[in-house]
Amino acid sequence: MATSPSAHAGEHADEHGHADHRPSPYDPRRWLFSTNHKDIGTMYLIFAIIAGLVGGAMSGLLRWELAEPGLQVFNGQSVLGIVFGNEHNYNVIMSAHGLIMIFFMVMPALIGGFGNWFVPLMIGAPDMAFPRMNNISFWLLPVALSLAVLSMIVPGGSMGTGFGGGWTLYAPLSTSPQLHGGPSMDLLILSIHVAGISSILGSINFIVTIFNMRAPGMTLHRMPLFVWSILVTVWLLLLSLPVLAGAITMLLTDRNFGTNFFNAAGGGDPAMFQHLFWFFGHPEVYVLILPGFGIISQIVSTFSRKPVFGYLGMAYAMVSIGVIGFIVWAHHMYTTGMGLELEAYFVAATMIIAVPTGIKIFSWIATMWGGSIDLKVPMLWAIGFIFLFTLGGVTGVVLANSGIDTVLHDTYYVVAHFHYTMSLGATFAVFAGFYYWLPKMSGLKYSGFLGGLHFWLMFVGVNAVFFPQHFLGLQGMPRRYADYPAGFAHWNLISSYGYVITAVGVLVFLAMLLDMFVLRRRKLNAAENASPWGEGATTLEWTLSSPPPFHQFSELPVIAEEKHH
Amino acid sequence: MASHGDVKHDYHLVDPSPWPFVGSLSLFLLAVGAVVLMKGIEVQGPLKGLLAHGSPAIFGVGAIGILATMAGWWGDVIKEGQKGHHTPVVDIHLRYGMILFIASEVMFFVAWFWAYFELAIFHGVRADWIIQGDADVMKAWAHWPPPNVETFDPFHLPLMNTLILLLSGTTVTWAHHALQKGDRNGAMWGLILTVALGSLFTFIQFGMEYPEAGFMYGNQGDVTTANLYGSTFFMATGFHGAHVIIGTIFLTVCLIRLLAGQFTPQKHFGFEAAAWYWHFVDVVWLFLFAFVYVTPKLAMEG
Repeated sequence: MATSPSAHAGEHADEHGHADHRPSPYDPRRWLFSTNHKDIGTMYLIFAIIAGLVGGAMSGLLRWELAEPGLQVFNGQSVLGIVFGNEHNYNVIMSAHGLIMIFFMVMPALIGGFGNWFVPLMIGAPDMAFPRMNNISFWLLPVALSLAVLSMIVPGGSMGTGFGGGWTLYAPLSTSPQLHGGPSMDLLILSIHVAGISSILGSINFIVTIFNMRAPGMTLHRMPLFVWSILVTVWLLLLSLPVLAGAITMLLTDRNFGTNFFNAAGGGDPAMFQHLFWFFGHPEVYVLILPGFGIISQIVSTFSRKPVFGYLGMAYAMVSIGVIGFIVWAHHMYTTGMGLELEAYFVAATMIIAVPTGIKIFSWIATMWGGSIDLKVPMLWAIGFIFLFTLGGVTGVVLANSGIDTVLHDTYYVVAHFHYTMSLGATFAVFAGFYYWLPKMSGLKYSGFLGGLHFWLMFVGVNAVFFPQHFLGLQGMPRRYADYPAGFAHWNLISSYGYVITAVGVLVFLAMLLDMFVLRRRKLNAAENASPWGEGATTLEWTLSSPPPFHQFSELPVIAEEKHH
Repeated sequence: MASHGDVKHDYHLVDPSPWPFVGSLSLFLLAVGAVVLMKGIEVQGPLKGLLAHGSPAIFGVGAIGILATMAGWWGDVIKEGQKGHHTPVVDIHLRYGMILFIASEVMFFVAWFWAYFELAIFHGVRADWIIQGDADVMKAWAHWPPPNVETFDPFHLPLMNTLILLLSGTTVTWAHHALQKGDRNGAMWGLILTVALGSLFTFIQFGMEYPEAGFMYGNQGDVTTANLYGSTFFMATGFHGAHVIIGTIFLTVCLIRLLAGQFTPQKHFGFEAAAWYWHFVDVVWLFLFAFVYVTPKLAMEG
């Protein structure tokens, strides 16, 4: 560009002025009407923290109830000033805990929060492709959450308020006029519709952004693995959520307009709901974990000061997990009587997923191998993730066998398995990403002591919660009951103690946030303003100031070498 | 672009907009209002009347809000396009976005075809599962289509509707080619014919075919026999019919925009998006015609 030095300098100052043209955070229109990917990402993260606290408090009620045999909480007497009527209310809280953690905590944090913040930064784009649509993707989530919470307090059916059929919404429990004839289930269906619209619009936005807004030289095979992980994730959402939308529309018409899709006596098939649900539901569980894979890859590489081992293998492992994730859904349904040939197929297909997953685990370890490892807080969470996710993965291989699953289906073994992948895997990835990018997002440093304490309390706590649940499951304790025989008391009590440790860990997390954002004692100094993590952090977001300008990359960066993994 | 002298890229950084927030709030009211219409929510106090079963007020306000959002939001998109914000790269954004939206719509129809195929193909398998005879269930699962169902003759009104949609596919292509050549008049007539054919399809489907159905929807029919066929038939073809109406409205908007002179031979993506959507609706119909109308008839005769 032929500009004189002085003109260029003036232009540069001008650019700086424009970039710093940041609206006041106290102007509500900045948030309500936002078209800025970082502001929207911030709203997603705050929303996820609130939803996580709500969902976490709900699991506290569940562990309180299960701490010993008999009914402690859900017994019709006042607890903390609230009356939890009966075992049905336990199931209502259980269902809401699952739905809130999936749709309103993990997904908004990983995809909406970190995805919004860092996909444009990492590919060298000034914003998302559709900034206005980005905002409706966010604002539909409080709407969906409100509908879900409303659903808990309106009449559910003969047993009381709310829907108590679990996050899977299985018919005929969800269609029975007697058990769930009230408006509660209808509100929940519409809540999921709204959350689904939010995710579909967000997915379209991410795919277009990643395909069409990469900076010059940022080829697909140079994209950071976090961007790859979001790309695979949103494809899964785009193709699976509409099927769920169809399935829950069938629930809605079965309930309100007299169709018989899932009513056997009318010719329909309740097992068909399970097929439709899990055609969405299985890709959905990869939706929850894949962005975590991406975050862990970035962190392990940064704090080992090495490029990630087997970059292309890592990227295509995620792609193959995504593809195979669409053809394994019926492994959630071995006990429906689907026939031996189908079971054999789903066992084989499911086990195959262990191969790309193994590629990821081994590549993370190989990345650390020989690296200059720096055990900062994000790295602690990342290593914790690898350890715990591997544990959840191997119990997944156990459950993939239909013969074993026939015994373990709907026991606490399954609860332990998916909490090791979700509560310990995905959530640890959320915290890892949070501690990794918090200085970038805020320009502030957090207390490494509080971050480390948070990690160790959570690590000990969640293991204490969920490891004993393997034993309970193997002993045959079924899930989704408020009470149990005395023989299960021992491990249940330990599990509930684990919750207390975890809850203290969450309090430390909140203390860390208060210390960081209220006291604001530690600002990033000039030397570490772009990146506090040293030379290991090579992706584009670390080339910008912290926090980044309101609109970054007014002049697109050019990526020349293959260092931006 | 003069207004952004310091910005050296062609992306469109959209100004803050109230529509996403207004749309979200409206959708909340629409959802609550729908549940009030279907079930009603029993409360005491001032909201009692609004939330009583069948009360249309909340749903109505939500629907108005959604319509206002669509008008305001897409109106803004049109204005931004006219201001030149839709640079070549943004144009590609819009194209990708529309393709992906249609992809998600395809997956929505997958759910309805899935239900149709599973219930049609595997009714015999399910009948074999029954160990303890539940007479109603055995009766319901024994036949497909159920014995009291009189399916449509596919080579009567359905074939006519197939031809109407295929013909409308040619007229919309005519409009497109005319538009590219700068022949506004040809484009106008092509679009008018397409809208007319789309409306004719809707009239024939909802006005002539549905009332003649030899089976029932919902709980009006014999629960153990006819009802399920009606559920799958009416939900699958009905959702398609709704998409035909949406596509017809989309094309009508394009016709108005054409007459307002908003399309040029070079830039008319709004029209192309409508045409893509129309072809998608067309293809879904071909699948419906082949598998929901023709195949059962052949199976029953064969």
